[in-house]
Amino acid sequence: MRAMIVKEFRELRRDHRTMAMLFALPVLLLVIFGYAANFTIDSISTQVVGPQAEQVAVVLPPLFDVQGTDAAASSDEARTLVRDDVADVVLDTSTTPPTAYVDGSSLFVAQTASAALGRAGDQVRTEILFNPDLTTSWVMVPALVGLILTFVGTIITSIGLVRERQTGTLEQLAVMPLRPADVIVGKIAPYFLLASLDMLVVTLLGVWIFGVPFRGSPALFALAAATFLFVVLGLGVLISTASQTQGQAIQVALMTLLPQILLSGFIFPLQAMPPAISWIGYCLPLTWFVKVSQGIMLRGAGLDSLWPAFVVLTGMAVAVFSAAVLRFRRDLAPARRASAPDREQVPA
Amino acid sequence: MSASGFGASGVSVRYDDVLALDDVTLAVPAGAVTAVVGGDGAGKSTLLRALAGVVPLTRGSVRAPGRRATGFMPTGGGTWAELTVDEHVDFVAAAHGLRGTDLERRRERLLQATGLHAARHRLASALSGGMRQKLAFGLATLHDPALLVLDEPSTGVDPVSRVDLWRLVAQAASDGAAVVLATTYLDEAERTSSVLVLHEGRELLQGPPDEVVRRSPGHVRRATGAHDPRWTWRRGRELRAWFPADATPTGDPVHVDLEDAVVAAALAREAADA
Repeated sequence: MRAMIVKEFRELRRDHRTMAMLFALPVLLLVIFGYAANFTIDSISTQVVGPQAEQVAVVLPPLFDVQGTDAAASSDEARTLVRDDVADVVLDTSTTPPTAYVDGSSLFVAQTASAALGRAGDQVRTEILFNPDLTTSWVMVPALVGLILTFVGTIITSIGLVRERQTGTLEQLAVMPLRPADVIVGKIAPYFLLASLDMLVVTLLGVWIFGVPFRGSPALFALAAATFLFVVLGLGVLISTASQTQGQAIQVALMTLLPQILLSGFIFPLQAMPPAISWIGYCLPLTWFVKVSQGIMLRGAGLDSLWPAFVVLTGMAVAVFSAAVLRFRRDLAPARRASAPDREQVPA
Repeated sequence: MSASGFGASGVSVRYDDVLALDDVTLAVPAGAVTAVVGGDGAGKSTLLRALAGVVPLTRGSVRAPGRRATGFMPTGGGTWAELTVDEHVDFVAAAHGLRGTDLERRRERLLQATGLHAARHRLASALSGGMRQKLAFGLATLHDPALLVLDEPSTGVDPVSRVDLWRLVAQAASDGAAVVLATTYLDEAERTSSVLVLHEGRELLQGPPDEVVRRSPGHVRRATGAHDPRWTWRRGRELRAWFPADATPTGDPVHVDLEDAVVAAALAREAADA
């Protein structure tokens, strides 16, 4: 038995990925759950509009973090500010009593805001936009689309690519008269299509079963999903280039998936996290896709307000996918790297 | 390296801090089978992978045709478990731009030669080891390559399938291909035109099998008494002993074959390095 224990420890000591899961992951989870697992909102981004905007802004409780006032804005413009995610709450003083428009697509913020506004009694009328009943599934389904794309794009893709390496067929492909681009596109395109199909099914089921509204442009949603897919597929390819076995690929993919689930605002609101933790969240692609998918599906937001998220996702897609293709190309054709002066090709 | 054939010249390959091949030269002439032999970690696969172009060289050069004229069978065959025999042919043919009647003619030839006709709709994962190796060989030769690189094609294959595979290898060479293969079976290497013996990445001996045997260093004897165990090895029911060239050998003389010659060369190198 002692020999077995010693052997197991020796194997574990040299298995850096498992050691990382054993030690780094618990520390990561502790930090994340300690700091990030918080549903209590301390600050709500707020805009105040209408003729009394300045006066009302100064008397609002500290919970409402007033980031701007506009005395000339109309009620329609107030709603647009919420739709465009300029603020989670917009207080319109042009009505009697003043109306607080609350963004229902930010579930926990909306719950906190409506509770606080409710304490003001008849002094304020509260109107929750885009998710009036604060239905959890409405907020979760658009985010789940991103999670499923991440799962297929990262885990399934990395497993599929590593399988080629594990069975020795990657070298077979390298010797065939296929261009590296043929192999890379040929390997990735099926996963891209399957993930797209998955996205379509989940979105349609979400709308059909849970009654989640789809208020925005399907084309814009498809563009966002395609951009996001390039990021997660790129991550999958990168993981495959750093893994020798499918088990290793799954381990690494899970280590990239977990922070995205916990820090993307999908479960715990980013507004409730300390800045250091929420900044980690803003470095993760799922965070930005969740913003876009919730924006398009629930608020009907367009590119004019969602462009920052599109810019970030596009930047991530270019960086991650380029790095992935370069690394995969290096694995696929090591002898054809650079100018390969050591290989003299002679006619057959 | 011959001016008209393929091969490697002064090739060295390093994986991180391990020198897997050290200044190895090998000629692979057309119409002949060249064997690369040696123990585990000798550098056989690395040399073949260098010839196939899937590993970068640290030093030296490789002379090879383009990928359209190279056939490669990696260790373990390199077949796709979830594809049928026919689907393998379709994929490899498409990669080589083969289609129409030409493809069907080649498919028929492959199925006939490998005896896989009855298994053409079977998944590779459902084939026996020997059938899978024959499929891999058929795929490597589907496009009639000028250079055929086979990495241990018969390892783990039953004796009957080994005979079949060797018939296919000999046919490919007689059809004009330059065939180079790695093998751990020295009885197979004895049937080739030329043998390269590798040990820890370095060349020990090279030439036709009988010449390699003739040039084996030192003396090989049947071990009868007490011999240094470092320099003895078992052959069937007998023990062999190796003596350096300047030593006085004891024991009965034996008919030295390629296996004895390879072991003697490896022991001579170890003695020289000690």
